[in-house]
Amino acid sequence: MESPYAIEMLNITKRFPGIIANDNITLQLRKGEIHALLGENGAGKSTLMSVLFGLYQAEEGTIKKDGKVVKINDPNDANALGIGMVHQHFKLVECFTVLDNIIMGVEPVGPLGFLRKKEAREKVLALSKKYGLDVDPDAKIEDITVGMQQRTEILKMLYRDNEILIFDEPTAVLTPQEIDELMQIMRNLAAEGKSILFISHKLAEIMAVADRCTVLRKGKYIGTVNTKDTTMEELSAMMVGRNVNFHVDKKPATPGETVLEVSHMTIASKRHNNNAVKDVSFKVRRGEIVCIAGIDGNGQSELVYGLTGLEPLTSGKIILDGKDITKASIRKRSTSGMSHIPEDRHKHGLVLDYSLEYNIILQTYFDSKFTSGIGFLRRKNIREHSDELIEKFDVRSGQGSITTARAMSGGNQQKAIIARELDKQPEVLVAVQPTRGLDVGAIEYIHKQLVAQRDAGKAVLLISLELDEVMDVPDRILVMYEGEIVGELDPKKTTQEELGLYMAGAKRDEVNV
Amino acid sequence: MKKLLKRPGVQAFVASIICILLGLLIGYIVLLIINPQGATESIFKVIQNFFSSKRANLRLKNFGNTLTKTIPLIMCSLSILFAYKVGLFNIGAAGQYVAGACACLYAALGWGWSWLPCMLLAVVVAAIYGGIVGLLKAYCNVNEVISGIMLNWIGLYTANTILSNVKETASPYTLYLDKENPAALLPNIGLDKLFNNATVTIAVPLALIIAVAVEILLNKTRLGYELRATGLNKNAARYAGMAENRNIIMTLMISGALAGLGASMLYQTGYMRWECTQSSVPAMGFNGIAAAFLGGLNPIGSIFSSFFIQHITDGGSNVNTNFYSSQISDVISSVIIYLCGFVLFIKLTMNRMISRSEEKKGEKN
Repeated sequence: MESPYAIEMLNITKRFPGIIANDNITLQLRKGEIHALLGENGAGKSTLMSVLFGLYQAEEGTIKKDGKVVKINDPNDANALGIGMVHQHFKLVECFTVLDNIIMGVEPVGPLGFLRKKEAREKVLALSKKYGLDVDPDAKIEDITVGMQQRTEILKMLYRDNEILIFDEPTAVLTPQEIDELMQIMRNLAAEGKSILFISHKLAEIMAVADRCTVLRKGKYIGTVNTKDTTMEELSAMMVGRNVNFHVDKKPATPGETVLEVSHMTIASKRHNNNAVKDVSFKVRRGEIVCIAGIDGNGQSELVYGLTGLEPLTSGKIILDGKDITKASIRKRSTSGMSHIPEDRHKHGLVLDYSLEYNIILQTYFDSKFTSGIGFLRRKNIREHSDELIEKFDVRSGQGSITTARAMSGGNQQKAIIARELDKQPEVLVAVQPTRGLDVGAIEYIHKQLVAQRDAGKAVLLISLELDEVMDVPDRILVMYEGEIVGELDPKKTTQEELGLYMAGAKRDEVNV
Repeated sequence: MKKLLKRPGVQAFVASIICILLGLLIGYIVLLIINPQGATESIFKVIQNFFSSKRANLRLKNFGNTLTKTIPLIMCSLSILFAYKVGLFNIGAAGQYVAGACACLYAALGWGWSWLPCMLLAVVVAAIYGGIVGLLKAYCNVNEVISGIMLNWIGLYTANTILSNVKETASPYTLYLDKENPAALLPNIGLDKLFNNATVTIAVPLALIIAVAVEILLNKTRLGYELRATGLNKNAARYAGMAENRNIIMTLMISGALAGLGASMLYQTGYMRWECTQSSVPAMGFNGIAAAFLGGLNPIGSIFSSFFIQHITDGGSNVNTNFYSSQISDVISSVIIYLCGFVLFIKLTMNRMISRSEEKKGEKN
């Protein structure tokens, strides 16, 4: 009798020194189904996929394909078995065309070694028609949208006749409309008999598209449920191990006077000839959290760079606490009461090879508390200060103050940055995606800290891509689209759908701030 | 044992020793291939260097010679490692060394300055010469390796031209410092008597002090904190409001100053004269790269690695010339110096082996 399962991973256990990354995990993917794999960061999703791709060998457990036991020693074995994956970060050559990327590695060649592109093109066009994957085979990757790049990745799998398709957090980079399109493509693929494994931590998407869902938590198998028979609350409780308070508890805001005023800010883009930020004006008052929402790449990063001094303004004016800081240096802005939790904690936020204590003083090392008059570091004071903040903000690390930042978990790295930035007692806190890549516990913690800042009468400017965060945390939402602020919304009165329309540029108001 | 091997300091030391042994082994093989008869004797001559001298006071004198030549090498390796810690590869140290040599020699022979002003001029000129590389890097985004190499050549021919004014008429060498202007020679502070060698000077203790000073500057001061942060993560340094461009220029100026001081510490001992027709940049600056890496990129380690490299180079001149042509000494010492550059590679391999054996252990448990 033929097995109903395309691929089965039975009782997989994978240990690393000190931790069990996968503890007796079973995942059975039926033929033609969309199966979600749900879990927080560190739950063991990536390890399990690495085992499936032969990057790691499991100590215990078996993998079956169509009911037969198989041994996967390296990614080539996985390819041979028809397993393909769309990675979160696309593996495409930017300056090649869509077609070149699709055939790369399996190029059809004639006897003399010449490429047979015509053959390949026909196959790609046929596939793209069959599954509704709209792409231009001759466009260069660098010129097309992220959604189209993702479709190229999907075509790459189909071109190789893969039967088992794995999508690793595919919606993180897409607009709400592109997400809908992707969902439809996934349904088409499943209807044609492909088996899909969909890795995600976004519950709404799982409920919308998946047939079944397997949940992992801290390396353990929690269970597999039919999405028809469950609710989002139940799934999240399975994922986190307790009932999560999705809603951020906060009192109504009591805004005071304006602390940060941006008027007519325009910033040139480094990537294209247009301006990344176009004539943006807004105000942030004491005791309120203002959120700038929008899809990634609509000028939010540049806006923050302009605000914090990392990039110069083409025109416009920034007033902080009554002082014009438009031309002030980064250091000057920092000492005048602006704190900045950067978007990328590895790129900007930390010197990863410095110890935790050295990272804690990164913004204040020049203070007479940490540096003596002739320029020697006061190491005792630094250690005391660092120990104090570690205690106060509950930053956990292997060796305390002397731990190398690189050796800390993402959540604790972020906590260290937050400790450093909040300890400066800023008038304005600019927090850019402060919860990116963190687990639910850390997210709750960070949201509480933001609200505490607000309640202490400080101004908070939050830049976020996560819809849940945008709806829950701020008191006011400004939506950014293609470098402009296209709407101001009250999170209590608006809906995710309305927000989505603004974010996608389908709706806009004349905003006079 | 494994725990010990995991400590970075121990690792650097072990890796350096492995490199030295490998270098000696390959050098020995080269000797064997050329002429198996004298190989064993010669390789021992290389390792022994001054120990092979028969008389005690000659041994001491040769030791002094090695020491004198070690000093500029220490300074050049400090120059390289200082810039390297800030994320810059200052291959221009060789040119900054030349600039320093030119400045102190011309001040001594042309203007008749005494030793200290000559030395300070060498430091200033070399710092400015390094600063050019820094300016180009900071404001025009010119890679420091490219501009460094070009400035090496510019420096060499400029030095040849300038120093031709103070050279002997009959030879391409500059005038004898001890005859023309003995006041420009570095003071011996009694070391000449100790070593029975007039070229051993104040430069020796000074270089040791500077090595310690570099260590302190990098690890215990605010400037060192800033510079290393810039080297480790330029973006984070900028985010923290550090003046990145100023730091780059300052780093290359300090780096240049160290190399220039090294030149002054050799040429002002009277041990060597400048050859105004030389057509290649003195190797000192380049050997500094090997010494810096062999020393585990640690200022104190640089002292020992520089001494070792100079020891081998001098030892190379003792090989039996009946069996080998005289250039063989260069071949052997270059092989060893070349291998010295592999310290990082060996460290990496060691780490990989340790983690692999740990993973295996983890699987067994």
